[in-house]
Amino acid sequence: MATVEAVSPRAYAGTPRRGPITRLLEDERWLASFLLMPTIVLLGLFIAYPFIKGVLLAVTDTKVGIPGQFVGFANFDKLWHDDIFRVAVYNTFLYTFVTTVFKLVLGLWLALLLNRHFRGKAFVRAFILLPFIIPTVLSTFAWKWMFDPTFSVINWMLFHLGMITGRINWLGDPDLAIISVMVVNVWRGVPFYAISLLAGLQTISPELHEAAAIDGARAWNRFRYVTWPLLLPVTMVVVLFSVIQTFADFQLVYVLTGGGPANHTHLFATYAYQIGVGTGLLSEGAAVSLAIFPVLLLVVIIQLVYIRRVETV
Amino acid sequence: MPRVTRRRFLQISGVGAAAAQTGGLASLLATSRAPAYAQQTTLHWLRWNDFVPASDQLLKTKLAPQCEKDLGIKLNIETINANDLQARITSAIQSGTGADVICAVSNWPQLYADSVADVSDVAEEIGKAQGGFYDLFKIVAQNNGKWLGVPWTIVAGLLTNRKSWFEEVGYAVDKLPGTWDEYRAAGKKLKAAGHPFGQTAGHTFGDAPSFWYPFLWSFGGREIADDKKTVALDSKETVESVKFAVAFWKDCCDEGGLAWDDSSNNRAFLSGTISSSNNGASIYIEAKRKADSYQTDKGKPMKDDIFHTRLPKGPAGQFIYPTPMTDMVMKYSPNQKAAKDFLRWVNSKPVFEPWFTSQQGYCTGATTAWEQDPVWNADPVLLPFKDVGRISTRYAGHAGPSGRAAAETVTKYIITDMYAKAIQGMAPEEAVKWAHGELAKIYA
Repeated sequence: MATVEAVSPRAYAGTPRRGPITRLLEDERWLASFLLMPTIVLLGLFIAYPFIKGVLLAVTDTKVGIPGQFVGFANFDKLWHDDIFRVAVYNTFLYTFVTTVFKLVLGLWLALLLNRHFRGKAFVRAFILLPFIIPTVLSTFAWKWMFDPTFSVINWMLFHLGMITGRINWLGDPDLAIISVMVVNVWRGVPFYAISLLAGLQTISPELHEAAAIDGARAWNRFRYVTWPLLLPVTMVVVLFSVIQTFADFQLVYVLTGGGPANHTHLFATYAYQIGVGTGLLSEGAAVSLAIFPVLLLVVIIQLVYIRRVETV
Repeated sequence: MPRVTRRRFLQISGVGAAAAQTGGLASLLATSRAPAYAQQTTLHWLRWNDFVPASDQLLKTKLAPQCEKDLGIKLNIETINANDLQARITSAIQSGTGADVICAVSNWPQLYADSVADVSDVAEEIGKAQGGFYDLFKIVAQNNGKWLGVPWTIVAGLLTNRKSWFEEVGYAVDKLPGTWDEYRAAGKKLKAAGHPFGQTAGHTFGDAPSFWYPFLWSFGGREIADDKKTVALDSKETVESVKFAVAFWKDCCDEGGLAWDDSSNNRAFLSGTISSSNNGASIYIEAKRKADSYQTDKGKPMKDDIFHTRLPKGPAGQFIYPTPMTDMVMKYSPNQKAAKDFLRWVNSKPVFEPWFTSQQGYCTGATTAWEQDPVWNADPVLLPFKDVGRISTRYAGHAGPSGRAAAETVTKYIITDMYAKAIQGMAPEEAVKWAHGELAKIYA
C-alpha cells in the first residue's frame, strides 16, 4: 500500500543529517522558548521598555532636550506638595469609582435585556456597540458641542421643555464639569460591559434556569443564585480591564475640558501630559504617570487573586 | 568613458555641494540656479492650523512649488491644531527625528532652547533688511543674544466689538470706554440688554493668557519683582485685579466662558450671542468672508457692525499680550543648512508678502517694515492691528525674563486659573496666594 511505503523508514534513508538548530528545537523547553520569543520581544519593546524608561525618567530631572541628573525621589516629593496633583488624584479615584459602578449596573442591565429573544435583536446588539466603535476623540467632540455653554442642545431641549430658565454651564462649573466628563465615560463604556457580560450570560446553560424555575425560584432568585455566581468570573475580568482603562483615561478630559476649569477635571494622565509635554518637564510628568502604578498593581493583584480563588473553588 | 571611482565621485560632488551651500542665497539668486543639493532635499515644516485658512492654502499650493523652483527644496508643509503642537515638538526632540522647521507659538522657543539650532545669522540678516524685529521677539526668541528661531509673525488680540450694541447703550465709536471701569460700566448695560461680553477663563493657549496677563499688568500686578528673580505676584495690586475680575465677570460676561477654548468666542460672537471679546481679527475676517451668512439682528452684514479696540487702561497702564510665532530649526535635523536657506528665502520681502497679504491684517509682521504694507490701507477696521508689535512691550514672566519658568507658568495656566478660581467663588486673597505659591515652586 502506498501509505505503508510513505511511512517506511526507507523514505528517510537519503535525507541529510539534521542541523543543530533542528536538534535543539526537538527539546520541548527550547521549542517553547522559541515560540514565546515573538511575544516576549513585543512585550519587552512596547510594555517593559517604556515602563523602565518611565521609572528611570521619574528619578531624574530630565527636561525636553536636556538629559537629566539622578535626583532620587525629589520629583515625587514635589508632587506630594503639589495642590493640582492632589486634585488629580482625588478626581481620578472619584472618576474611576463612579463610572465603574454606573457602567457595571447599566451594562449588566443591558446585557440581561439583550439576552432575551426579541425581533431585531441582532440589529440592536450591533447598534449599542456604536459608542464603543466610534473613535473616542470624534465622539467626545460631539459631546463637547452638546455641552457647549452657548450652543448646548441639552440646554436647548431642557429650556424648551420648560425645565430650566437659564443656561446650565456644563463644562464651566467645577462640579458639573467632572459630572459631564463622567457621563461621557459611562456612555462610552457601557457597551463594552454589555457585550462582554452578554457573552458571559450566553455561556450559562438555560437548563439551570429551567431547573431553578421548576423548583419555584422567582426571577430575582434565579438571577441571585444562578446567573450572578456563574457570571462573576467574567464580571471580574471586565471590571479589571475597565478600571485599568478608566484610571488611565486621557482623551475624554483632554478634549472636553483640557483639565479645566481651574484644574477641576484633571486626571493622572491629563496632568502628566500637561507637565511632561506642555511644560517640558519630562521627569515630573513621568513621576505623575508612575504614581498610578501602585494603585493599578494593587487592583490587578486583588482581582487576579479573586479570580483564581473563584476558579479553583 | 573614463571610469570614476566611488571615492572620486564623492569628492567631486562634495566639493560642488559645499561650494553651492557656502555661497549664500545671494550667489544662488545671482546664478538663477537652485542650490546643488546632492539629492533633492525635503524640508518638513510643521505649523499651526491658521485661523485664516486661505493662508494655509497659499502656503501649500503656491509657496511650496515656488520653493522647489527657487531653492530646489521640496517643502512638506504640515498644519495641525496649535494645542497639539507641543506634543509633536516634545516627541520630535526626544526621539531626535521629526519636522526640520517648527513654528513655535508664544515663548515656547525658551522651553526648547537646548534643542534648536542657532539661527542668529539668518535672523540678523532679515531684521537688518526689514527695519528690525520688534522688541517682543528679543524677549521670546532670544537667549543670551542668540536667536532661537527666526521670528515669523505676531497674532495679536484686540477687543472685537459690536458697534450697534455699544451705541444702543450710549457709547458711540468716538466715545468708547477707555478704562476698565468704563468698560465694565458698558458691559453691565450690555449684559442687562442680553448682549454680554465673552471671554475665556479656560485652559486654552491663546485667548486665555492674551486677556488675563495684560489685565493683571494694567492693575499693577506682576509675576516677578524688578530684581528679576523674586516672585512678586501676591501684592495689593494683584488682589485688586482679582476682585475687579470677579465683579467684571458677574456684571458683564457670558458665564460659559470658564469652559471656552480659542474658537468658542468666535462662534459666540458670530452667532450674535456676545457683544465684545478679546480676539485676533479672525472674527471680523470670517464675518467678511461670509457676509451673507453672518448678519446682525437687523439683517445687515455683521462685518459692517464690527470695530476693534485695545484692551482698556488700568491704574498701571494699558497692555497687550500677543501671540508671537517663531520658526525654530531643530538641532536634530540633518537639513539645518537647507532649513536656514529656506527661512532666509521665505522671510524675504517678495516671498513673504503674498502670505502677509492673504492674512488681510489678521497678523502683524515680525519686523517694523510691514507697518508700511498696503494691506493696512485696504480695510480701516483692521487698522488697529497695525502697530501691535510696537506696543507689545511685556511678556509672561514680567518683570523677569520670559524663560523656561515663565513658559511653565503659562502652560500650567497659573495666572488664568488664579482668576478662574476667584470667579468660581474662592476668596480673591486666597486665589492670589495659591497662584503665588505655584509660581514660587516653579521659580524655586
